Amino acid sequence: MKKFLLTLAFIFLLSLFTGVAFAQESTPSDDEVNAVASQLYCPVCESTPLDVCPTEACRQWRDLIRQQLADGMTEDQIKKYFVDNYGARVLAEPPKQGSYWLFYLLPPVIILAGAFILLRSMKAWTKPIVAQPAHSAARSETSTTDEYVSQFEEESKKRK
Amino acid sequence: MFAEFGYGILVVTFIVAFYSILAAVYGAKNKSASLVESARRAMLLTFPLISIAALSLIYLLVNNHYEVAFVYGVTSRSMPTYLKITAWWGGQAGSLVFWSFLLSGFASAVTLRKWDRDIEFLPWVIVVCSITLMFFLGLVVFYENPFTRYWLVGGNVEPHMFAPSNATLFTAADGQGLNPLLRHPGMVIHPPMLYLGFVSYVIPYAFAMAALITGRTDDRWIRLTRRWSLWAWLFLSFGLVLGGRWAYDVLGWGGYWGWDPVEIAAFMPWLTGTAFLHSVMIQEKRGLLKHWNMILVILTYSLVIFGTFLTRSGVLSSVHAFANSPIGPLFMGFVSLSLIVSISLVIWRWPDLQSETEMKSMLSREALFLLNNLLFMSILVICFWGVIFPLISELFTGQKVTVGPPFYERATAPLFSALLFLMAVAPLSAWGHSTFQTLGRAMWKSAIAAALVTVALFFSYTQNIGALIGFFLIALILFITFQEFWRGARARQKVQGENFFIALSRLMGRNRRRYGGYIIHISMALMAIGILGIEIFQSSTQGMLAQGEELEIAGYTVKYRELASWDDAGKGVNFTRATLDVYENGVFLGELNPRIDYYFDSQQNMTIPGNRSTLRDDLYVLLVDWQPVSNMGATFKIYVNPLVNWLWIGSLLFLAGIVFAAWPDHDPAEEPIRAARQVGQSSAAD
Repeated sequence: MKKFLLTLAFIFLLSLFTGVAFAQESTPSDDEVNAVASQLYCPVCESTPLDVCPTEACRQWRDLIRQQLADGMTEDQIKKYFVDNYGARVLAEPPKQGSYWLFYLLPPVIILAGAFILLRSMKAWTKPIVAQPAHSAARSETSTTDEYVSQFEEESKKRK
Repeated sequence: MFAEFGYGILVVTFIVAFYSILAAVYGAKNKSASLVESARRAMLLTFPLISIAALSLIYLLVNNHYEVAFVYGVTSRSMPTYLKITAWWGGQAGSLVFWSFLLSGFASAVTLRKWDRDIEFLPWVIVVCSITLMFFLGLVVFYENPFTRYWLVGGNVEPHMFAPSNATLFTAADGQGLNPLLRHPGMVIHPPMLYLGFVSYVIPYAFAMAALITGRTDDRWIRLTRRWSLWAWLFLSFGLVLGGRWAYDVLGWGGYWGWDPVEIAAFMPWLTGTAFLHSVMIQEKRGLLKHWNMILVILTYSLVIFGTFLTRSGVLSSVHAFANSPIGPLFMGFVSLSLIVSISLVIWRWPDLQSETEMKSMLSREALFLLNNLLFMSILVICFWGVIFPLISELFTGQKVTVGPPFYERATAPLFSALLFLMAVAPLSAWGHSTFQTLGRAMWKSAIAAALVTVALFFSYTQNIGALIGFFLIALILFITFQEFWRGARARQKVQGENFFIALSRLMGRNRRRYGGYIIHISMALMAIGILGIEIFQSSTQGMLAQGEELEIAGYTVKYRELASWDDAGKGVNFTRATLDVYENGVFLGELNPRIDYYFDSQQNMTIPGNRSTLRDDLYVLLVDWQPVSNMGATFKIYVNPLVNWLWIGSLLFLAGIVFAAWPDHDPAEEPIRAARQVGQSSAAD
């Protein structure tokens, strides 16, 4: 009887362990693979994200990601693997390091320069405004009819 | 025979265009009206000539002449006739002929107008149009000839225009067929729409150059091309929308815009074109910004040519592919040369382009339009840099990089939001003068209404800050713009004593440009709703289902019922079609049928989604071939795209708005007569 109970206990414990082992081997879902693949670009096609690329090569890369996820790699580790093997082009934007600083720096510099030029030009074009609050109040209430009047005036000027 | 004839006609057209340039230049220099008239007729002649060449090409396309290389490349026997015709623009050589056809048509239309007091512009408009036409015809005649035929030369098949010695014509049994992705109605109309937009912008550019050359640097050139610019903008905008709809319908990734370099190549002239649309109003009303308008129209023209270059030269797949065909360097050369010449002209006339008045207030309409321009140019800088940086990187370091959606979205989102805010506020500002007080007084009610809407959305729909800001701005645009219609109609009602709706329609009819513009702003707000919905709230899931199994997403349940697969020999396609049942909270909503179409001639797949569209969202299901598809199991990808149909609804309203804005106003000379008649009527009614 004792032996029988011990065997039962042993089998029970064994099944627990095998259950845990199966849980570790469950395959990552398509959604989990897509979550990583959508952040990567196909290393050989043009401008095609890895999750939608229809080629056989991309299919294999997606299987690779699935395997890597199953092995416990994190998203960043997988991305690093692809960069190391296929180059920076697999990322959705240039790496934020090294000589790619120019890429991130230039647009804000140009835009700010443009804003600066615009501001300077506008200051050159404007004269200081003399405060006339009473005028502006009257203007807003009758602005629509004023616009008609000024439109008529403009048109009669055109016909001269 | 048709091939040689078509090619010969193109060569003749090339020569005629060259003649028109010479005649126009000599005519202008020597003030010879007859030479200028001869140039005008030469310009007119190019259109029937190119039409004949185009008809020859279409004849070859429709009649399966596979000895012609272009016909072989883009058609096949299984294609229906209408697609064989539209295959005209399905490949590089044909689409360059199409570009030339459209340009010749528009230039001819321009030369047919009454020139009278603008006669000094005529020769230079002809020169600019003809130089552009010669460039595209030159590309066709010398490099990308659609009439080249296949010859059997000593055992090899080679493409030549004319027969090499000891060669016989080689005719394949069937063609390769059009890329299946292009066999969709959206894709049939999308290139013509875009090309119409691109080519139309040549006309305002030509008039701008004519203004610089002749010294007529007032706003005459702007007034003459006002309607051209508007129609150009219409076609370009619609081309972009159609491209988005096509991507959504057949590209199979659940989206409408991927920030692909080819998409951006068409988006960039739209950005400068929209800035131009607003900025010319400043020159017309206040005589300001003459230099800037010249620069904008030059930029738009250059971006049009550059965009055609980007799409056509292969430079985007690799910088080095650029040099494989002469097309790339030729385009680059043409853009650079025309930029240098145009900017030189602006510099030459710089003093003549002085502003006529001052800008009086930083919140006036002209100031807000300037801010509008700054924002559009900033978005342009981001787009341009994102497109050329990978090319520069590959050229200088040999390393390819990708610039994808995360960069563009992050960089442009604040700029687009600022534009939404401007769309709301600028209609309230006045030409010449506005203050915080006047603007505040005009908008406080709408601002509160918009805030209330946002709070309601916060409690009922989303707590996402970005989305809430977006919805606030959209609501602000809608409330303020509707308020403007209301106030205008009410004021008119009081003055004229009309019924409200008559007052409204007369109000709009009297100032189509303003109220058309308001309709366009409303349509942009609706499109923004769609964009916000799909960009921020899209959800997706993918899974392999056996028959009878289900996937759940966003409250929907999608059950895989069955699969059918069959060949259609007539169309040359193998169809694999899945049937899925859609439920929401247990209620059966309907069936969806995503498909994979396999085209035998080009050996390519098309994934067509099954899509259930409502105002609330799209339920968009794709059959995915990650694993082989069978009755036992198939992989499906499901997207739920909230609010996306507002994008398409908005684009239809957009079309209506532009047509309304571009429709001719009542003749101003009739105004006093009409007004007198109405006063007579209303006093008679008393």
